Amino acid sequence: MKDNNERRVVSVIVVNEASVLSRITDLFSGRGYNITSLTVAPIPESKYSRLTIVTSGSVRVIEQITKQLHKLIPVLRVYEHADLVEKEMALVKFPITENISDISAICNAYNGKIVNVGHDVIITMVTDESKRVDHYLEAIKKYNPKEIARSGAVALER
Amino acid sequence: MQISGAQMVIESLIAEGVETVFGYPGGAIMNVYDEIYKQDKFQHILTRHEQAAVHAAEGYSKVSGKVGVSMITSGPGFTNAVTGLADAYMDSIPLVVISGQVPMSLIGTDAFQEIDAVGISRSCTKHNYLVTDAKDLPRILKEAFYIARTGRPGPVHVDIPKDVTAQIAEFNYDIELNLETYKPHVKGNPRQIKKAMEAIANAKRPLFYLGGGIINANAAYEVRDLVHTTGIPAVETFMARGTLSCDDKLLVGMLGMHGSYAANMAMSETDLVIALGARFDDRVTGKLSEFAKNAGVIHVDIDPASISKLVNANYPIVGDIKNVVTEMLKLVSMVESENYEPWRETIENFAELHPLTFHEDTPNIKPQWVIKRVGELLGDNANISTDVGQHQMWTAQFYPFTRPRQFISSGGLGTMGFGFPAAMGVKAAVPEKISVNFTGDGSILMNCQELMTAVEKKLPVINIILNNNFLGMVRQWQTLFYNKRHSETDLSVQPDFVKLAEAFGGIGYRVTTKKEFDAALKDAIEKNIVAFIEVKVERFENVMPMVPSGGSLFNMMLLEKKESE
Repeated sequence: MKDNNERRVVSVIVVNEASVLSRITDLFSGRGYNITSLTVAPIPESKYSRLTIVTSGSVRVIEQITKQLHKLIPVLRVYEHADLVEKEMALVKFPITENISDISAICNAYNGKIVNVGHDVIITMVTDESKRVDHYLEAIKKYNPKEIARSGAVALER
Repeated sequence: MQISGAQMVIESLIAEGVETVFGYPGGAIMNVYDEIYKQDKFQHILTRHEQAAVHAAEGYSKVSGKVGVSMITSGPGFTNAVTGLADAYMDSIPLVVISGQVPMSLIGTDAFQEIDAVGISRSCTKHNYLVTDAKDLPRILKEAFYIARTGRPGPVHVDIPKDVTAQIAEFNYDIELNLETYKPHVKGNPRQIKKAMEAIANAKRPLFYLGGGIINANAAYEVRDLVHTTGIPAVETFMARGTLSCDDKLLVGMLGMHGSYAANMAMSETDLVIALGARFDDRVTGKLSEFAKNAGVIHVDIDPASISKLVNANYPIVGDIKNVVTEMLKLVSMVESENYEPWRETIENFAELHPLTFHEDTPNIKPQWVIKRVGELLGDNANISTDVGQHQMWTAQFYPFTRPRQFISSGGLGTMGFGFPAAMGVKAAVPEKISVNFTGDGSILMNCQELMTAVEKKLPVINIILNNNFLGMVRQWQTLFYNKRHSETDLSVQPDFVKLAEAFGGIGYRVTTKKEFDAALKDAIEKNIVAFIEVKVERFENVMPMVPSGGSLFNMMLLEKKESE
């Protein structure tokens, strides 16, 4: 099964109640599924929350993941995305002594900018597809990033 | 009506028509037990261990089809009950298990007898609740019963802190449930059903693969109709025993690891598997890539996640078995029963080649004989439960089951210690039938304390201990696959089972001959108190045939002419 592992984004609409996140993560760990990233936030003016889970597995495993998620009582809907807009954010902290104009130019290329300048450090933000965020983080390696925070993906069907 | 949370629990159980609760009191659940003391609408059966309380509720539920109810306290009371929850989850048994919890103000402080109960039960229940306000109790309990019995049934756990059971709030059980996120799919897709019937009509060697879901759905008699009108042979899983009557000509037998040669060969040769409420468990399929290799698959199940989980279904039908089979029956004229005559003959030949049997070639009683004998003497008049191990497989192989819900056993989880308390639950639900528990010398010691419950509550379960002084099934694997290194399975050091039963006020028999066995069984039935009948059986008897773990169904170890050891 490992050879045809595919990256998949699954969105789950759940009732926003106590321990609902544990139900989801317990299901993944209990059945041996992967979670690459997971984001969760309430849907405004409703009793539901939206989870975006980036996972991987064979076609059969992905099908089981969506079915097993749907089986959980507080789960309203499960979307396994085919055609979607997907974005992820990354915050990176650099020493102020690095080449700021270079960093700023690279950020620009990845839908980003400098969002904070302090006494010793600057903080940049980029928002792009997960894969492009990977590339960005590769590109800025030589500027000695001190700390990196990635958000995990959020996605909507087109 | 303004009442306490504890009173709400009682009123809810009464409103649900609960007649029997199995439980064990303790600190955190005392408010509820105080209300149990004051009422007379349902009986409470005090088991002597929380695990037994849940197994008894399972037995009660399995034999009656009702939701089983169990009540326990926090901490160790709850953790003892976890095995029962897991067992019920694996076998899709509808239960509502109510546990006490430390007061809300103490949750998270490592209080006395505190444990994160819902955290533990999450992975072994269909759903669970921690009640944080008494005003939610009627809704939660109503949801709990509804979720337990609908869709694919299962256990629901409700954890109630002590201060919530003391809290006064408005009680109204007459509410509409509004579960937007839980809507089981009951009706099968008509187009899929028609396609499936066409596939059956076009098949040459179709085979019904009957699973425990049929019994959960109370659909056995509809399935019998479908089998008989189509003339298609059927194999049963362990969990489906009793769906067809043992004397049914179209019943090929049980399939799987200890299934009959004919059933396993039929499954290997079929060109269309018609799976009804079965889940392609590894003990059934053996090596998956070789399972029904040249067959199409129709899979009817209430649980979409069971379909195409392990074996791809060409005709997936999500729905309640009773509903779907009723629809299939309407289209049954498409199917010509005569077309399957050659296939039926093939299967008959399999059955004649290697019939399910055993050799009576030793001076000691063979365990299989005991089971057959009880079948001859009691037959339909008994409900049969088992523990787990060799005796369990022999019971599934040799007891002549004639009706659904006659066989109560721990299939998925394989819980030793299940049988005796489950048989008490069976007896409590159906007192007019004799309740027999086939058990082993290993299993019976897990939950033998229930002799006390059975004596006190007059639940005359007949425990037949097939004593081979071994943890027999593990010993069998050690003999076959571990070069006879019988590591920690020799149970030569044993209690005196007769005295053990007598110490609790039950009755005990030790038998070594067939004549003694008949006499003991007759006497136990007449005395009508809980009994241990210890039968000294052949020590090294193996359960045969056998598909070694991970092997193909058609590659069975078969009964040899002479058992060697």
